[in-house]
Amino acid sequence: MTRGTSVPDELRYTAEHEWARLDGDVVVVGITDFAQDQLGDVVFVQLPKPGARVEIGAEFGVIESVKSASDLFSPLSGEVIEVNTSLDEQPELVNDSPYDAGWMLRIRSESPAQLDTLMDSTAYRRHIGA
Amino acid sequence: MTEALLSELSVPGRPTVVVPKPDLPAVKSDIPVSLLRTALPLPQVGEPEVVRHYTRVSRLNVSIDTTFYPLGSCTMKYNPKVNDAMASLPGFRNIHPLEPEALTQGAIQLTYELQRLLAAISGFDAVSLAPAAGAQGELSGLLMIRAAHEARGEGSRRRRVLIPDSAHGTNPATAAMVGYQVVALRSDARGNVDLAALRDLLDDDVAGLMITAPSTLGLFDEAMLEVTSLVHQAGGLVFGDGANLNALLGVARPRDFGLDVMHMNLHKTFTTPHGGGGPGSAAICATEALAPFLPTPVATRHTDGAFTLDEVRPASIGRLHAFHGHFGMLVRAYTYIRMVGSAGLREVSEAAVLNANYLRARLADAYRLPYDRSSMHEVVFAGLRADGASVEGAHVRTLDVAKRLLDYGFHAPTIYFPLIVPEAMMVEPTETETKATLDAFVDAMLAIAAEARRDPELLHAAPTTTPVGRLDEATAARNPILHW
Amino acid sequence: MSFVPLTEAERTEMLGTLGLADAGALFDVLPESIRFPAIDIGPALTEMEAVSQLEGLAARNTPLGSVPSFLGAGAYRHFIPSAVGAIMSRSEYGTSYTPYQPEVSQGTLQVMFEFQSLVCALTAMEVANASVYDGASALAEAALMAMRSTGRDRLVVSGAVHPHYRGVLDTYVGAKQPDITTSDVIVEDGVLVERGLIEALDEQTACCIVSQPTFFGEIRDLTPVVEAAHRVGALVVEVYNPTSLGILKPPGESGADIAVAEGQALGIPLSYGGPYVGLMSCRRELVRQLPGRIAGEARDAQGRRGFVLTLQAREQHIRREKATSNICTSQTWISLGVTAYLALLGPEGLRSVGNACHETARYAADRLAAIPGVAVVTPRPFFHEFAIRTLLSASELNRRLLERGIIGGFDLGPSYPHLADVSLLCCTELTSPAAVDALVESVRDVVRSSP
Repeated sequence: MTRGTSVPDELRYTAEHEWARLDGDVVVVGITDFAQDQLGDVVFVQLPKPGARVEIGAEFGVIESVKSASDLFSPLSGEVIEVNTSLDEQPELVNDSPYDAGWMLRIRSESPAQLDTLMDSTAYRRHIGA
Repeated sequence: MTEALLSELSVPGRPTVVVPKPDLPAVKSDIPVSLLRTALPLPQVGEPEVVRHYTRVSRLNVSIDTTFYPLGSCTMKYNPKVNDAMASLPGFRNIHPLEPEALTQGAIQLTYELQRLLAAISGFDAVSLAPAAGAQGELSGLLMIRAAHEARGEGSRRRRVLIPDSAHGTNPATAAMVGYQVVALRSDARGNVDLAALRDLLDDDVAGLMITAPSTLGLFDEAMLEVTSLVHQAGGLVFGDGANLNALLGVARPRDFGLDVMHMNLHKTFTTPHGGGGPGSAAICATEALAPFLPTPVATRHTDGAFTLDEVRPASIGRLHAFHGHFGMLVRAYTYIRMVGSAGLREVSEAAVLNANYLRARLADAYRLPYDRSSMHEVVFAGLRADGASVEGAHVRTLDVAKRLLDYGFHAPTIYFPLIVPEAMMVEPTETETKATLDAFVDAMLAIAAEARRDPELLHAAPTTTPVGRLDEATAARNPILHW
Repeated sequence: MSFVPLTEAERTEMLGTLGLADAGALFDVLPESIRFPAIDIGPALTEMEAVSQLEGLAARNTPLGSVPSFLGAGAYRHFIPSAVGAIMSRSEYGTSYTPYQPEVSQGTLQVMFEFQSLVCALTAMEVANASVYDGASALAEAALMAMRSTGRDRLVVSGAVHPHYRGVLDTYVGAKQPDITTSDVIVEDGVLVERGLIEALDEQTACCIVSQPTFFGEIRDLTPVVEAAHRVGALVVEVYNPTSLGILKPPGESGADIAVAEGQALGIPLSYGGPYVGLMSCRRELVRQLPGRIAGEARDAQGRRGFVLTLQAREQHIRREKATSNICTSQTWISLGVTAYLALLGPEGLRSVGNACHETARYAADRLAAIPGVAVVTPRPFFHEFAIRTLLSASELNRRLLERGIIGGFDLGPSYPHLADVSLLCCTELTSPAAVDALVESVRDVVRSSP
């Protein structure tokens, strides 16, 4: 893995390299620094519309780099209340700022306890061989 | 060196090519103004500048006729000029696809004879030349497999298609178009289908297997007959991807591998032009059992000797093309095959395979070989050997080697495919190259390997001698500019 | 005739490098039981012998132009400026492949970009791909595009779309088992009318597929069908004739969402049906559903303009089973011919072709309509094709015309059994008034002499 990959301690992680952060009663979702580095230059992010339902472990969108395309998997179930529309014009935010300006969805979770089924930072570091 | 866009050469009022007004009594247009167009924003450039423009633009390409072009899995062999001359004969070039068959007997006879030649080469019982390209050949094959299972009453049960992880992307994309669930089949350490994995996956819900022979790794599966027989025992059918047929002419008939249906790319093995990415051209070949499902038309011969394009085939998967496929390409492939003849078939593939193995042997010290066995018509390397690559802080990747090759005056091999070989570099020399060309290519590859150790920046900065340098594909995809 | 340049000495030396005595050993991996079969495909011909064989086959065909012909129905004989062939014969275009290495493929990529630009200009659409196989597969791909982008699986298809295109549509979408409703085309009060198109549209409809001009040549106001389709959230796919766009309102201005066509009429020889080139253009928001290759503008580190294959994540080599289509090749070489043709003609040239076709077809139709027993059943206005009905079956009419040295129109019987007495005739700028006069005299003669 690349030196200096960031894995913030306060986040939860999926095996498919999404992160989730509890923010009040909503959960913010994006992809990890490791994932963006593996993908290379992100050129397009396809996200669901606000109001859509997402299911834990199911696809919610697609992320494309110049020569790859990967499905995005939801870390939990719930209703999408907001999507990061900045990514339409600036998909590179996922590369530049994966945990902050490059966030993807805000989900109202019906079961925040689902977050506890995800990896913590220690487990995720192990997962990516860091 | 770049060239202006056609639109940038446009000057209002510049005379262009027109056709004469018909010599008829003048009548007032009966088309309502609301259905007429107002603006027609095409450039106005004029013939002299148009010809100069496209001549200059052509010189921004390298091509088989200018350059060694070892693009793996694409069979960039010499295309005989006589092919184009024959396709331009007025009796082929100016015939309409819907003319009465009595007026196109020569064209239908050519189609019929080409079907028979390809059947003899492949060992199959029946051939249709309807597919427009390899991917349409694959589509035909999978639709035929589906139709065959439906005819046996097993259509709804058999929902899965197995595809080796080394396969070209068209294989899974085709299976998905036909409504199948795609299951990736592992390759083993020798580049063969993993037989244990195959046995595990084979079940009565498997419609079939798509297999490329030789594989995209440039290897012939050491258990080919067992692979096809296992699929058959499970009630499945085997589709053969014939993209790599150039390794097998006169060496083996693919039907004898146990394939049920196979496509061939006429623009690869049979020298129809690659045309900057197309048109492709393909044949779809079938066993007697699957022949009824072939796409229409199929050329046949009546007892009275007349030839006909048979469109009325009740079990056929149907029509793939508005007319009869890429006839102009069939003329070229037919011309080529007649010149090769029985005796020439094996010579083609032996030289193609010899050339690939010669490159393999001569480059093996500098470039990593993922599989320790001899190649067929192409050889896949897994990037530079470690001692050439891991200069601290200046990692040299396959992409850099490929770009540097352009500076040495060669087209690059196919890179980063197949996906299961890291840093893949797929080299297919074909049979139409001289030893001197192969040696010059080897010298360039070895020089680049030395440069990677000595001066990796040279590789990172490459190419520098081409009309443009490396282009920023990320920005191009983020903010697409798709027309002037 | 061998194209293998290795000498025996070189072969031996190369085998020596491999430690092999003979080339047969290269194939030891193949099971011995199937290795080196006897294959008889006849003797190897020299080029001279091959040319003689091929010339013999070509001589058994009757090229259009050697006799008067009125065949169209999706493949058209037009004048092709000599410069089109000269440009296409540059082997830098013909013997290169997919521009995987853009730095040494700018020729191909620039042509693709210019082709896309010309298709956009012609159709008044925002994006175009670099071509698909032909007009029929373009239509099938457009239907699949509409199904993906709307998430719906119902197709409403005009019966006045080319019947062969509808056949290819069936082949392509069959696996997805959509519900396809096709409108009826019948002769009523002496003219062809279509029934049940707008009525078939509903909120499950992915797209409505129409042809302008229709397969029968008629030019229609598409406004009612476009509005009706959009009202229920369906897309409109318009099949157009590119020659007609020299004079007719383009698909983008008619409200179509996806425009598809056969590009052969733009500078490509008939060649017994192929290779031709499918044109596809659409509204910008559909671009990620568009199949096939697309070239885009890019810059290098020095700021020089170049072109690359872009939006590749749509395609099979990246997305595999989730790709927009399995298509890999485009008809690049043929699209070069189209590009050169449009570049040479420009707006004035294309308009001159459109007008000449239209005027000649009107002249022919007027003359034929004046013959007792002959009716022109395509409603006016039409572009350069029209259907006629006589008391004879179309196949019989054609047989008798051929006896008189004329290739008649397209017999509608096999595709529309209830229209077996109707044939579709076409005139282009290459149809001389004398050929029309010969047709008129022959039809008059045939109709008069029939019972």
